[in-house]
Amino acid sequence: MAIDLAREKYSGSVNTVELGAARANGGTRAGVIKIGGETTMPFLFEEGDMPNPPVVGMEIFDCEPTDWPDGLKEAFGDALKDPVKWAKKCVSDFGSQFLCVKLMSPHPDWGGRSTNDAIIFLKSLLQEVPVPLVIIGCGDAQIDNDLMAKASQAAKNEKCILGIASQNNYKTLTASCLADGHSIIAASPVDVNIAKQVNILISDMGLDPKRIVMDPTTASLGYGMEYVYSIMERARLSALAGDKMLSMPFILFIGQEVWRVKEAKDSAPLGVKWEIATAAAMLQSGADMLVMRHPQAARAIVKYIDMMMKR
Amino acid sequence: MKGVQVIVIGELINGMYKDVRKAITGKEADVIQHLAEDQVKAGAGALDVNTGPYSKNPKEDMKWLIECIQKVTDVPLSIDSTKFDVIEEGLKLAKNRAIINSTNADEERMSRIFELAKRYNARVIGLTMDKSGVPNNKEKRLEVAATIVAKAIDYGINVEDLFLDPIVLPVNVAQSQGVEVLESIREFKLLSDPAPNTIVGLSNASQGAKLRSLVNRTFLVMAVASGLTAAILDPLDKELMDAMIAAELILNKNIYCDSFLDAYRKK
Repeated sequence: MAIDLAREKYSGSVNTVELGAARANGGTRAGVIKIGGETTMPFLFEEGDMPNPPVVGMEIFDCEPTDWPDGLKEAFGDALKDPVKWAKKCVSDFGSQFLCVKLMSPHPDWGGRSTNDAIIFLKSLLQEVPVPLVIIGCGDAQIDNDLMAKASQAAKNEKCILGIASQNNYKTLTASCLADGHSIIAASPVDVNIAKQVNILISDMGLDPKRIVMDPTTASLGYGMEYVYSIMERARLSALAGDKMLSMPFILFIGQEVWRVKEAKDSAPLGVKWEIATAAAMLQSGADMLVMRHPQAARAIVKYIDMMMKR
Repeated sequence: MKGVQVIVIGELINGMYKDVRKAITGKEADVIQHLAEDQVKAGAGALDVNTGPYSKNPKEDMKWLIECIQKVTDVPLSIDSTKFDVIEEGLKLAKNRAIINSTNADEERMSRIFELAKRYNARVIGLTMDKSGVPNNKEKRLEVAATIVAKAIDYGINVEDLFLDPIVLPVNVAQSQGVEVLESIREFKLLSDPAPNTIVGLSNASQGAKLRSLVNRTFLVMAVASGLTAAILDPLDKELMDAMIAAELILNKNIYCDSFLDAYRKK
């Protein structure tokens, strides 16, 4: 006797967020990436659709990364000393679909350069690489409020995604996104209740919920990944049930978390596998954008996505 | 996350109310449209439309009301009338999938209402009463509910499109019926799989009583906890809506956040 599989029916969907603006829309990007739009849990095409495959972008800094393990640095060679060259390598050699630029250099621990220098770099980056950008501050709230406002203006109308807004610091960044046409990353500390709250706070300021991407906080394999997994799953199920304040796509900072754990620091080949495993798990719980570090891991995950997207 | 959220049907567009009666007589479209918009903004997922007992030409009035409302909102309408021709007029005009309010367990009425529902792809509210009146215990309510479910299935109506109403009675005249109604809500759900919806006309609970809003919202919270899936109520009663939203939160129907009232209203 044939058995009918139980299939879920969902009434809601994940918002579709656009990353990048082409010339026709006032920007200079070569392509536009659409993120989200799911009407099912990941890759369950019998239950709904995933109109936009998850995307993989590589991470670059505006200065040489001092805290990266040697095994990771080797994959890029001398390019790490020249951020524009590094960015081009990610795009042309490694096929990065978008770039995540971290403007680290103004941070006191990273050289403490003036924010204007970081903006000069950002402008040249916009000229030299054609892919859409995710732009992240240095992590110091006070510096970022100044830095990101300038970055937002420098990239006006390029439809970037700017980060990172939190429950305690979202107003300045939201105002910049509103003024310059960008989307925003709303972060929460592995907490679905706070995730929802930040989304509300930001949308209360007038930013369209379709311009919010959620960062649920990433944890690496072996370091609490399963907590993140279950938080994402809970948020996504709620989104598919119609919760508009949790219907935002997810961005995960995979590389950053993986390359600071002991296993990856000790052995680059193990680090690559670690990064692949973490990314694959996050894709299964609803990740829409992955920010990765090792080119081999990024390539493997792009292949994995292609395979999973086959209907 | 368990279950879906309660469907709120706004009750205020009813010729029984003076302002609506006056608006119908004087063809004051803006009065009706404000009522429609305010109710939707406050969380109504559907709007009840009733021309009221004093309407001289209910079919005409129903047409006018629906045309007014649909100029400002597309939410589904609950066509509330005892007359078949008025209901049919409403169903013809409704842009979105309508709800017929209502049938009871009377054979002839069920046949005609379910025929209309089938023809216009409408959902139906079924009052658990028959010619002998409103039952005074949950057993009899369940028996009448089963009759309505069986008849609906005969007419090819999906049980999910049926809203069974155990009939809330005023607490000051039929105090013993509150608990019968609440238990009926639980038991109606066991009548079929998938389960029928359950609905109450909430304001009746406090008819003629003092502290109406308090009685209404307490009753609603208890009914929601009993598994209620829809309610006809006054969505402009903010405390009532807040209590319902909090009840749904406690039942894990929504994910908590500090601004949970605001989150609900952003739906």
